[in-house]
Amino acid sequence: MPIAPASALSEVTASDQALRRFLHGLPGVDPVGLEARAASLGTRSIKAEAKAYAIDLAISMIDLTTLEGADTPGKVRALAAKAVRPDPTDRTSPATAAVCVYPDMVETAKAALNGADVKVASVATAFPAGRASLEVKLADTRDAVAAGADEIDMVIDRGAFLAGRYLKVYEEILAVKEASGAARLKVIFETGELSTYDNIRRASWLGMLAGADFIKTSTGKVAVNATPANTLLMLEAVRDFRAQTGTQIGVKPAGGIRTSKDAIKFLVLVNETAGADWLDNHWFRFGASSLLNDLLMQRQKLATGRYSGPDYVTVD
Amino acid sequence: MSTVEQNRLSVFKTYKLYVGGKFPRSESGRVYEVTDSKGKWLANAPLSSRKDARDAVVAARKAFGGWSGATAYNRGQILYRVAEMLEGRREQFVREVAEAEGLSKSKASAQVDAAIDRWVWYAGWTDKIAQVMGGANPVAGPFFNLSTPEPTGVVAVLAPQESSFLGLVSVIAPVIATGNTAVVIAGEKNPLPALSLGEVLATSDLPGGVVNILSGRTGEIAAPLAAHQDVNGIDLTGAGDELAKELEIAAADNLKRVLRPGSAEYTADPGTHRMTAFLETKTVWHPTGALGASGSSY
Repeated sequence: MPIAPASALSEVTASDQALRRFLHGLPGVDPVGLEARAASLGTRSIKAEAKAYAIDLAISMIDLTTLEGADTPGKVRALAAKAVRPDPTDRTSPATAAVCVYPDMVETAKAALNGADVKVASVATAFPAGRASLEVKLADTRDAVAAGADEIDMVIDRGAFLAGRYLKVYEEILAVKEASGAARLKVIFETGELSTYDNIRRASWLGMLAGADFIKTSTGKVAVNATPANTLLMLEAVRDFRAQTGTQIGVKPAGGIRTSKDAIKFLVLVNETAGADWLDNHWFRFGASSLLNDLLMQRQKLATGRYSGPDYVTVD
Repeated sequence: MSTVEQNRLSVFKTYKLYVGGKFPRSESGRVYEVTDSKGKWLANAPLSSRKDARDAVVAARKAFGGWSGATAYNRGQILYRVAEMLEGRREQFVREVAEAEGLSKSKASAQVDAAIDRWVWYAGWTDKIAQVMGGANPVAGPFFNLSTPEPTGVVAVLAPQESSFLGLVSVIAPVIATGNTAVVIAGEKNPLPALSLGEVLATSDLPGGVVNILSGRTGEIAAPLAAHQDVNGIDLTGAGDELAKELEIAAADNLKRVLRPGSAEYTADPGTHRMTAFLETKTVWHPTGALGASGSSY
């Protein structure tokens, strides 16, 4: 039953006070219960055909990421080639969802992908700290879009959020959303810096109200990145948001997911929390780089019956 | 006083695996009964699964860079330290070997002494093997041409089934002395000395993961190791003829170095063949220097 997006919630963003009242009126998170729920879902046993399905799904959900000061055009081209054909020895392996790079590398990535069905995501808005004026952030965004980015990964102003200036964060997301144009907008909360689960829930709703297409856990540049618990919390938020407004929003955990086992645990969380509608790379992504190699090794193990090793996947 | 001693509950030892410097139980949760030579129950040992083997390979691979990159001198010191620790727990090993192999105390003592001496002998080899196996090759050009032996990588070791301690030491020490890391499958019927060796290794400066010790059915654990693409060599000493043949075929897929089962006589001089079996030769060419107008300057 399609409802006009966020219509029921339109008045909550009318003023700073209304927004604060709404966000602080969200039910508090029970941290012990949340972590226990995430941990118990992590114990599901996924074997054989289900595992093969999960591995291929996880590969197709990866935003293959390189966000280093030392990124060279050569490295980005190698990454793009790997995104299109993750396992050169096995043509049946799916491509990843996207490559994720800094704005100045978007053009290189776009050219290297050469029309393949892999998107180019670009971080923007003074990633990773987000400490710049709105003009600079918007210019950064427009740059990336002009270079051909299909998706924009923005960071919120955590300083403003923690200081309680929610409307500032809200308006910044709105402005970046407008600057992104047709590109899908992923909003990064940097959950490791938000300090409480309540804040993560508030940030999720704030991002969704402002028109994010995806909410994303973290930049991968701080000590605590995606965890099952904070991802579970965000999955609950998108589930509840769709129930209220009819608008579906994606989730992207990023950083620290390195093994197939971890990735499959996240997929279980998605299925059990948000539901099977989210089990698609249009609605769920992994921000990762080394995860892909582990998935490929597991895939080779399932195909051949023998354990594979790092000598049989590309090193990036 | 004596009544207190009589009433004291016995403290049984839980034998556990040694993987990555830690002492986990088998991932499968299984154990099997280990008996002495007369069939009397001694302890329950972990019955490892193929996933334990996989975890052990991951640990061994992780340890390989540090161990193979350590100086030969440093490796020698660490191995000597292992021998010192073994000496300190001599009585325990004598008891375990006597029970496992049905030997008298004096014969078991002789085995343990020989094993400790063997460990010291290999410790001495760490910084000498390169001189013996490497060298300068004469070439027709103004180059130094030098060959040096390099460790192969992760080596799966099937410990001998009959000699539970001397045989065990005789197959582990040569593999790690040269800088390889090892995944060891203890003898199926007598794994207790091997599992206790793990406790010694853990307390003797040997980095975790350099030696990983699994107990269980040799055939069950060895099959995934032989086929594993990230294992570089396999020592088939503890495999019977039929199993050895099967494993050698599985090992061919990624061109593993294979050491076939050989003589079971461990008291004799071991020679260097167990070390050289898991070494590769690296050869480098280096210009001798600038050529003067009159030709070679050397």
